[in-house]
Amino acid sequence: MNHNIDHTAGHGTDMPKAVKIKKIVDENYNTKTFFLDTKLEAVPGQFIMFWIPRIGEKPFSLSYIGNNTAITVQLKGKFTKKMFELSVDDIVGIRGPYGNGFTPQKNACVIAGGCGVIPLVPLVEMLDKPVVIVGAKTADAILFKERLNGNSKLYVATDDGSLGIKGFSTDIARELLKRKKFDVVYTCGPEMMMKAVFNLTEQHNIALQASLERFMKCGFGVCGQCIINGFRVCKDGPVFSSEQLRQMTEFGKFARLKNGKKVNLKEYYSWRS
Amino acid sequence: MSVITANLKTTLLGTELRNPTILAAGFLGVSAESLIRVYENGAGAVTTKSISIESRNGHANPTVLSFGHGLINAVGLSNPGIDNYIEEIKTVKEKKIPLILNTIGDRNEDFITVAKLGEAAGVDIIELNVSCPNVIHKKPYYSDPELLSSLVRNVKDAVSIPVIVKLSPNVTDIKEIAKAVEDAGADGISAINTVGPGMIINIETAKPVMAFKKGGLSGPAIKPVAIRCVYDIYETVDIPVIGIGGIMNGKATVEMIMAGASAVGIGSAIYYRGLDVFKKISEELSEWMDNNGYTSIKQLVGAAHES
Ligand SMILES: Cc1cc2nc3c(=O)[nH]c(=O)nc-3n(C[C@H](O)[C@H](O)[C@H](O)COP(=O)(O)O)c2cc1C
Ligand code: FES
Repeated sequence: MNHNIDHTAGHGTDMPKAVKIKKIVDENYNTKTFFLDTKLEAVPGQFIMFWIPRIGEKPFSLSYIGNNTAITVQLKGKFTKKMFELSVDDIVGIRGPYGNGFTPQKNACVIAGGCGVIPLVPLVEMLDKPVVIVGAKTADAILFKERLNGNSKLYVATDDGSLGIKGFSTDIARELLKRKKFDVVYTCGPEMMMKAVFNLTEQHNIALQASLERFMKCGFGVCGQCIINGFRVCKDGPVFSSEQLRQMTEFGKFARLKNGKKVNLKEYYSWRS
Repeated sequence: MSVITANLKTTLLGTELRNPTILAAGFLGVSAESLIRVYENGAGAVTTKSISIESRNGHANPTVLSFGHGLINAVGLSNPGIDNYIEEIKTVKEKKIPLILNTIGDRNEDFITVAKLGEAAGVDIIELNVSCPNVIHKKPYYSDPELLSSLVRNVKDAVSIPVIVKLSPNVTDIKEIAKAVEDAGADGISAINTVGPGMIINIETAKPVMAFKKGGLSGPAIKPVAIRCVYDIYETVDIPVIGIGGIMNGKATVEMIMAGASAVGIGSAIYYRGLDVFKKISEELSEWMDNNGYTSIKQLVGAAHES
């Protein structure tokens, strides 16, 4: 939403704005970064709604902010398949940035799982020498290794042990949090992983900022589709604090289908993929 | 800080409201906790999404956008179906929050089933959203006085809580519709539903922006239409009216009540002014009334009409 105008008078627009695709980069076998010919004022953790005419519209976190604007996308379903057919100079629509984003703090630990690393990378670049733990299925699947390495102490976990330890990022976190005192932990990844991270930060009494995901429609807080308990992921989130997570009985357990029905996360993820 | 002053209290069809602001259907009505949060942010009552017998997935995205003078939406009445919604209703009613169940159906029996289950779960008022076509007669309910009368009679026979009908502005003569609804026994009317439908085309790609191509308009752009509809309805019937459409602030609320509304529905204003818009509007309303010598909502209802 444009904040420079008087909303009590009822102005302001949130329409897809036409932008050109400037560059497309293959990150790995199933992930591409789309650089867009536009400049957005955004903070790490915010997202945009990405519209392909006649195909649909979906939210994506920004993977580059500042001089570049980009989203990084893993091939998953019908929509991302269409995205992967896009070429440089194609015109798409974007609106946003939306959501609150992360609040950078000192003495931080960043814990990422899978493509959850995407919104965390611009944050890592902004933080003062954070400790970063990334987990992925295989060595190939780890995104933005160079960008992460540049500014942090990096730990890696892979499911198959092809890089770093064999196991999960939470295995590394469990040991690390015993030895070292952090002031803040940032996390994004599969919700069960984030739930495990939340349990750890609660145990060690560390403030957590977790970026959650739910199916969205409006993206600006009116329709209620993305609700977790009373919280709107698109507007109150996507980044939530420990205090908010404590109030979320649905965190790590339930999410809502397109029709609003509350189902367990397994059913939700099988619908989403 | 409490914004609730005595003079904002109003009674709607036997239900006491602490103020006349009501959450309109389709905004944040997916979960009980979301409705409760709206109440905690100052609403006098809340309305559910439109609920049908079976679940509905609605349309593809983009479904809700803001075009500069209001919102355009083609959500497509997505909802989990009444069976999956009963728990949400019960959770809201455990908090004693005034609750309107908005119902949608393809035939009279659908509305009846949903209304009865809602009544049993404790809702205070049934609102019939008649913007869907009747599948048997292959006509929209909202523009056909006879279809509407049969629907209202059937639902009234089936439940004992108040039944209101939400009217569409997209008809030739809203007075005729309002009269038919009152004659059939409706306890109240809410007006208006969205205007249009409208369309927005992205010129760079030469494509309609909404996935459904068209969408209903709401927000500031439609307020004059809403005011005129409520004015016309108030002229025609004696049952109470909930005025909905483009209410952004306290003064717009005064205007709508002067047109004939006993309470106002608020939706799009959440986009412009945040979730606590209900608190803000109540404060503005109360301040305006104090400054202009009104002490109760009753004094304002229909004040714009010649008596
Ligand atoms: C996103 C959205 C969803 C809506 N869903 C419903 C609905 O499910 N049932 C209904 O009766 N009206 C629905 N409406 C219409 C509103 O309840 C209301 O009548 C209309 O938006 C005008 O009020 P406003 O200008 O305050 O938004 C919806 C409107 C919007 C913008
Ligand atoms: S997507 Fe509509 S409220 Fe979040």
